[in-house]
Amino acid sequence: MSSWIPLWLHKLGSPPTFYRFAGKLRPWMLALAIVLGLVALYGGLVLAPPDYQQGDDYRIIFVHVPSAWMGLFIYGVMAVSAFIALVWRIKLAEVVAMESAPIGAAFTLITLITGSLWGVRMWGTWWTWDARLTSELVLLFLYLGVIGLYHAFEDRRQGARAAAFLALIGIINVPIVHFSVNWWNTLHQGATIRLFGPSTMSGSMIWPLLTMMVATKCYYVFSLCSRVRADLLALESGKDWVRQIAAGETAR
Amino acid sequence: MTQFLAMGGYAVYVWPAYAIFLVVLLADALAPVLRRRRVLRELRGRLARQAARQQRHADTATDA
Repeated sequence: MSSWIPLWLHKLGSPPTFYRFAGKLRPWMLALAIVLGLVALYGGLVLAPPDYQQGDDYRIIFVHVPSAWMGLFIYGVMAVSAFIALVWRIKLAEVVAMESAPIGAAFTLITLITGSLWGVRMWGTWWTWDARLTSELVLLFLYLGVIGLYHAFEDRRQGARAAAFLALIGIINVPIVHFSVNWWNTLHQGATIRLFGPSTMSGSMIWPLLTMMVATKCYYVFSLCSRVRADLLALESGKDWVRQIAAGETAR
Repeated sequence: MTQFLAMGGYAVYVWPAYAIFLVVLLADALAPVLRRRRVLRELRGRLARQAARQQRHADTATDA
């Protein structure tokens, strides 16, 4: 490996080191996610005023939008690690890509269901085949496809490579989801939170939304740590370090 | 409190949305914990069988 990659990063790529690192990181990320999540819920459900048009129904936004962001963000992480896995054949990158898929699928499912619950009163329909909703459904199917393909092979690493290809091809859907509200006429509203330029939303509604965004990011790291740990144990079950862990846990 | 729970008449939509969020994430958090336990249990079983087999081999070797 190239010399510009620091040694500690190189070491982190080894399964036993990453297993221990993820084990230390996991509880902190969970605690952070819970604390920030509770603060965001309090801000969103109690402190934020009702919307002047939508009343209290808009409060679905505090779970809907952060979940939608996570659905896209996790796809990005999955695609980048899938690329690394395909080019450099790093086992850990494969595992990170494959174990990101179920978390992304969970967030996308939440997005679709909460969106449906929101749409039924505001649009008068649970579902419509418009650009944003359809591309979001395609995102869910891409996640499910990656999970399915990964488990369809007898050889886990072969399955990971096939699924990594699918994940890379599917990245085309991410900008489609994001820009669908600008490119097509859709029932779904445009973005109100903007990175560039002023957001069209009151500050009392923005801060719970952004806090929940950070909370879901922490949750993702937590869930990824647990999943990667379990997967590494399964993949490396013939190795000594895994045997030591298995033996150690009987003693307890 | 009742006013809070009523969500301005939208309680049937707001609370299920939050429930889905929590339930899906809870299931997502529990799945790897159970999987890790299962993987280690299976590995221990495999190691125990292996040890028993080696013991048997060692016994037959000393008998002969």
